[in-house]
Amino acid sequence: MEILMSILIGVLITAGTYLVMSRSLLRIILGTSVIGHGALLLLLTTAGLKEGAPPITNIEALTYADPLPQALILTAIVINFATTGFFLVLAYRAYKELGTDDMDKLRGIDDE
Amino acid sequence: MSWVHLMIVLPLLFAVLIPLLYKAFPRIHTGWFVLVVPVVIFGYLATYLPMLANGETALYEIPWIPYLDINFTVFVDGLGLIFALIISGIGALVIIYSIYYLSKAREALHNFYVYLMMFMGAMLGVVLSDNMIVLYLFWELTSISSFLLIAYWYQRKQSRFGAQKAMLITVLGGFAMLASIIMIHNITGTFSIREVIAQSDLLVQHDLFLPAMLLLLLGAFTKSAQFPFHIWLPDAMEAPTPISAYLHSATMVKAGIYLVARFTPAFGGTPEWFWIVTFVGLFTLIWGSLNAVKQRDLKGLLAFSTISQLGLIMSLLGMGSAALYFNPGDQGVQLHAYAVLAAVFHLINHSTFKGSLFMVVGIVDHETGTRDMRKLGGLMTIMPVSFTLAVIGSLSMAGLPPFNGFISKEMFFTGTLNAANLDIFNMATYGAIIPIVAWVASVFTFIYSIILVYRTFLGKYQPERLEKKAHEAPLGMLIPPSILGFLVLAIFFFPNVIGDYALKPMVASIIPSAAGVFDDYTISWWHGFVPELFMTMAVVALGLILFATLNRWIGLYNHMPQWMHLNNWFKHGLSGMERGSHKVIDWHMTGYIRDYLMYIFITIILIVGGSYFMLNDFTLYTDNLASINLFEIVLALVLLGSTVLVMATRSRLTAVVSVGVLGYVVALFFIILRAPDLALTQLAIETVSVALYLLCFYHLPKLKGRGEEEGEKFKVGNFIIALGIGSLVTLLALSVNGYNLFEPISTYYGDSYDLAGAANMVNAILADFRAFDTFLEIFVVAIAALGVYALVRLRLEKRGGTDESQ
Repeated sequence: MEILMSILIGVLITAGTYLVMSRSLLRIILGTSVIGHGALLLLLTTAGLKEGAPPITNIEALTYADPLPQALILTAIVINFATTGFFLVLAYRAYKELGTDDMDKLRGIDDE
Repeated sequence: MSWVHLMIVLPLLFAVLIPLLYKAFPRIHTGWFVLVVPVVIFGYLATYLPMLANGETALYEIPWIPYLDINFTVFVDGLGLIFALIISGIGALVIIYSIYYLSKAREALHNFYVYLMMFMGAMLGVVLSDNMIVLYLFWELTSISSFLLIAYWYQRKQSRFGAQKAMLITVLGGFAMLASIIMIHNITGTFSIREVIAQSDLLVQHDLFLPAMLLLLLGAFTKSAQFPFHIWLPDAMEAPTPISAYLHSATMVKAGIYLVARFTPAFGGTPEWFWIVTFVGLFTLIWGSLNAVKQRDLKGLLAFSTISQLGLIMSLLGMGSAALYFNPGDQGVQLHAYAVLAAVFHLINHSTFKGSLFMVVGIVDHETGTRDMRKLGGLMTIMPVSFTLAVIGSLSMAGLPPFNGFISKEMFFTGTLNAANLDIFNMATYGAIIPIVAWVASVFTFIYSIILVYRTFLGKYQPERLEKKAHEAPLGMLIPPSILGFLVLAIFFFPNVIGDYALKPMVASIIPSAAGVFDDYTISWWHGFVPELFMTMAVVALGLILFATLNRWIGLYNHMPQWMHLNNWFKHGLSGMERGSHKVIDWHMTGYIRDYLMYIFITIILIVGGSYFMLNDFTLYTDNLASINLFEIVLALVLLGSTVLVMATRSRLTAVVSVGVLGYVVALFFIILRAPDLALTQLAIETVSVALYLLCFYHLPKLKGRGEEEGEKFKVGNFIIALGIGSLVTLLALSVNGYNLFEPISTYYGDSYDLAGAANMVNAILADFRAFDTFLEIFVVAIAALGVYALVRLRLEKRGGTDESQ
């Protein structure tokens, strides 16, 4: 399972990185989102998989999964959402103002 | 903290008050307040003179960064103290002079005096510090304050150019010096100059000796305007004349001399030191004097004369370093340490006569409106006091009696004759060059000294070519040069006062083995008919002949080949470097974010992957792996499929939906991996995200000339980089699995119910144990929300609500 997860993470990061380097602003945002998913899974995988019950003490179990990375990831999801939302509206505004979401056209003028 | 420390920082502290004083007392010239500082410093430091005459020194230390062996240590010995007295003494005179030179109505006096105080403090720090790092800091501060002072009239293009040039050259030398200091530290293990000197034997035998020495000398030569770094000094003459008199003749340019003198006991006695210092000095001496003759600007003449005189002092220090080759007590020690005695004597004399000459030139400039010698002439009867002072200064510079320059010039000749007879360091073959070069340079020194007086004060008065009607300067401007002129005479008649209190302690600092050998020696201006006297006579004779025929041979200067003009080298070098860096910048700073990201990704691959490869750290743990079931395989395949789809699709809609699918699959994985809270959050957030994406997507207007279904060609290069990053992360994840550096701290949260009353550990961490972090996280979300709100609202208001319908 760890090996499978590691490969999946690699695929997500590859796709995200590729998207981030594209010309369209929307695809860049999607790329950051995909990288974000990869990072979340990476955090969880490195903490060890399927060791014990979910970290809820109501469940009678010998061991529980590590709650600390889960807390970190929860924070990360929320922050990720906040930045993605902001980024998206920014792109939307840029699109409306400038009529394009092509990064090559959004590039500044030469020799400012 | 000692009083000496306080004296060093006093100018810097006082500088803070200057702008306040300038504002509070607009009627009083700010210079009067500032004058107190150097007077106090001079008065206090002068009390150390008797102690030094007894051959004692003082050391005070304030720990600064003891861990790195960097302490603010001040060391009061002959060399440092006399420099400090020159700095504060001439400083006081220059401030009096500047009060009359700079009009309080027109000039930005607060800036001027702040820079001046900054310089004074820095310079005192340079000459009194024992710690090389502290010395270096003060050293750079002098470069910076010099830059600010040269560019004081920053409206002028020439001022800015001169300031930049001086800064570039002296800071280059400063960096070289820093490198040298680090090398010396590596060799000796200390930053203290005294301890370095004590380990001199170790130093000169080390492999790094030569590079350390060359870099140190680079610092000294750039600062003291030695050939070929002298080119900044003539351009520095754009500074106000009080500054030229102070920084660029009496003090700052002597910092390099100080450095060479200070490190002579550490590096001296070696052939390399002897040769480089002596011959760079001699070449600068003759180059400066040759160039001074052709100048038409009075300050330009004085600048080249300063370069030449600095070369003279430098070469004397080089010759004197031979004394360290001999064992203490040998005849050779006294013979060659004599050159050092001459060097320090000439250093003091130069400060007096050159300071007064600069001030006189400033007076001429101030009262006639020009410094061009072609327009000047015949001012003798109009400005009699200035004329007298110019004669005193010039003849002292030319080396004639009864002025102090005569004595030190004779001693200089003696030093060169002694060096010529040296039979070590291969000198037997080349020794004769030294007195010949010295003599020729003295002839030209004589000529330009005469030119200075003759062209300005004698000859024909041309009032029609002057901007102002010439008249004598106010008394306040005449007092400072008069004091210096008086010193020029006084030192000639009573040289031993200065000899006992200043010169002998200085020699003892520079050549420790010569301490005491001059105790019975008295300086006098008459030695009988010795070769030195004949040399002076010949200088006068040939100098007068050449001056009389000046018009016949001055044209020779026009035949100087182009490549010999070092300024062109500097200009072309500078513009070439500018063009080169422009090209480099244009080449990699393309303005495309994609390119910058690519640099970042490639760097990550190279550094992380490279260190992976070099450490050979890849490990694959196969024991204790979690099991896989069919359900998980299906999920993994869905994840893979949607990822590929995001990359491959040409439709925006498909891409957005695929990312949504991806998010939901991740949420399902969270459930499998025992993280129900994450799954809940992820599901909620993903839903909102997709809605947001689609909302934005829906609102995006269609682009003209381009279909909605736009896409991009598959870019192989980008994909390879992305694949590199992805594989690296996979490798990393695989290797990390097996590691357990220390006990996890998460067991602590097992008590969450007892400690926080929460059965859900993740919630307890977020809402209780790390509540403050969560609070800040909410803060981030709030800021993002505000940003979104602003982005949506702002334009509507700006455009007057015309876009409200959208």
